[in-house]
Amino acid sequence: MLRSKRARKTVFAIFWYIVLGITAVAVMLPYIWMLSTSLKGSDEVFAYPPNWIPRTWRFQNYVEAWNAAPFGRYFLNSAVVALAVTIGQLITCSLAAFAFARMEFKGKDVMFALFLSTTMISTQVTLVPSYLVLKTLRWLDTYQALIVPFLANAFGVFMMRQYFMTLPRELEDAAKLDGCGRLRFLWQVLLPLSKPIVASQALFAFMGNWNSYLWPLIVTTSEHMRTLQIGLRYFVSQEGGTQWGIFMAATVFVSVPIVLFYLFVQKSFVEGIATTGLKGA
Amino acid sequence: MTALARQRGNWWHRWGEETLSAYLFLLPSIVIFATFVFFPLFFSFYASLTHWNLPFKPSFTGLENYHYLFTDEIGAPEFFRSIRNSFYYALGVPLNMGISLAIAVLLNQRLRGVSLFRTAYFLPTITSTAAISVIWLWIYHPADYGLLNSILLKLGFSPLRWLRDPHLAMPALILMGIWHGMGYNIVIFLAGLQSIPTTLYEAAEIDGAGGWARFWRITWPLLGPTTFYVLVIGIINSLKAFTQMHVMTEGGPLGATTTITYYLYQQAFENFAMGRASAVACVLFVILFILTLIQFKVVGSRIHYE
Repeated sequence: MLRSKRARKTVFAIFWYIVLGITAVAVMLPYIWMLSTSLKGSDEVFAYPPNWIPRTWRFQNYVEAWNAAPFGRYFLNSAVVALAVTIGQLITCSLAAFAFARMEFKGKDVMFALFLSTTMISTQVTLVPSYLVLKTLRWLDTYQALIVPFLANAFGVFMMRQYFMTLPRELEDAAKLDGCGRLRFLWQVLLPLSKPIVASQALFAFMGNWNSYLWPLIVTTSEHMRTLQIGLRYFVSQEGGTQWGIFMAATVFVSVPIVLFYLFVQKSFVEGIATTGLKGA
Repeated sequence: MTALARQRGNWWHRWGEETLSAYLFLLPSIVIFATFVFFPLFFSFYASLTHWNLPFKPSFTGLENYHYLFTDEIGAPEFFRSIRNSFYYALGVPLNMGISLAIAVLLNQRLRGVSLFRTAYFLPTITSTAAISVIWLWIYHPADYGLLNSILLKLGFSPLRWLRDPHLAMPALILMGIWHGMGYNIVIFLAGLQSIPTTLYEAAEIDGAGGWARFWRITWPLLGPTTFYVLVIGIINSLKAFTQMHVMTEGGPLGATTTITYYLYQQAFENFAMGRASAVACVLFVILFILTLIQFKVVGSRIHYE
């Protein structure tokens, strides 16, 4: 009886592994196809039936893709913008979260409701007026246009506030005795104790901004201000849509850095999503 | 304690000072929200009541833009088609949820090496929509050497035009969307599954309940709030979808993939009809607002339930 039950369990386990394995391979296939095409010369790209493994590996595709458009500049733009947004959001969010979690002031509930209400208003809805604001400020096609509108984040404020509230009240008393001001207390005591939430906030901000599309599309007009995502799209649409080996090489170097980054930080990222329901993209 | 330290200790407590400091702490966020959320929102309402084609100045026209969107012979069919297309695209959400839930239940069996599978399923979610759209543009290539067509040919079917076929373009985007969004849903479902106490399953097993019965009697009802949350968030994200339409189809063929967000973009940044685009934005705002209210209610009930 016991043995048959165990045998049944093993059979089931093997069956589930096969099901999970097949789906995992199915999920990976587009990536493999991308890598495979990125190494093919045009004779093989247009061959029917297609090969999964190229007969001759043409690494030259990567060089040609890199030189065909200012991808170095695109990388720089994406990195500058994503880093600035991440750092900026951490500053504004931790300041606001500190006020909401640790201070008593008039109008606190109203302000908190106002902050939360911004999460109900998406970029799509405010797209036109935000664009006009930037136009009036003469900020279109600048780094400010890509960075400044994203320097506040109500979700971030909310998550950090929740975390700050779990830290013991006695911390303040000790800080007060030492004559430590609020800013120094936030910077030297509270934030170092909040590393997990700071890390996941930073991750969401960075990934979300790195992958964003609609906003950089409308506020950048010149080629040298484009971010990586926009640059990739224009590269693919302007070349007449036939150079698939080179297009896939470009897609590889656009997507692989973030995949590698994810593999390093995936634990805190996945846990962050599971607890908050947020994601970067 | 020195006098100086006592003084400092005092200002920490003084109420007027605390309120002032608190608002200074909130100030950076308030400035950004005021400029890029609240002002634009109210300005959208105003702009939706004007005739405003850039680079000209706006002129107040009342509800004319809304008349155009809802009753005009040319405008209304286009606008309603964009709303229909958006909800058509959102049909991918329940499909996605079914697949994701099945995989999450399997991953929750606590088999060895599960985290490796989870990593694989999650990769598409963190890859940018732009990059993914380019990959699938190639997969959906309408020639015989396109990956999907080559598979169809091998199986004895005739090749399809995929993104260039008005009937197939949207299903093609939905299929890609499922592949792209699965990882996120799986992670949320897994978290929900892991919050169900294992004692319930043990008790059910003692009572002789099979795996199927355990799923429908325990997992499904207790997962209810999670399922609903994933559904509403999925619909909201579908309505906001833009990148894949811009990279892969440009709203075509024949407007088959012009969703409401894409329509808004076309009005504003291809036709420069800012008034009309603002009216579209206001309609989109109302739809998203209702959905978000529902979602907040569910999140609220989830907290209450736990």
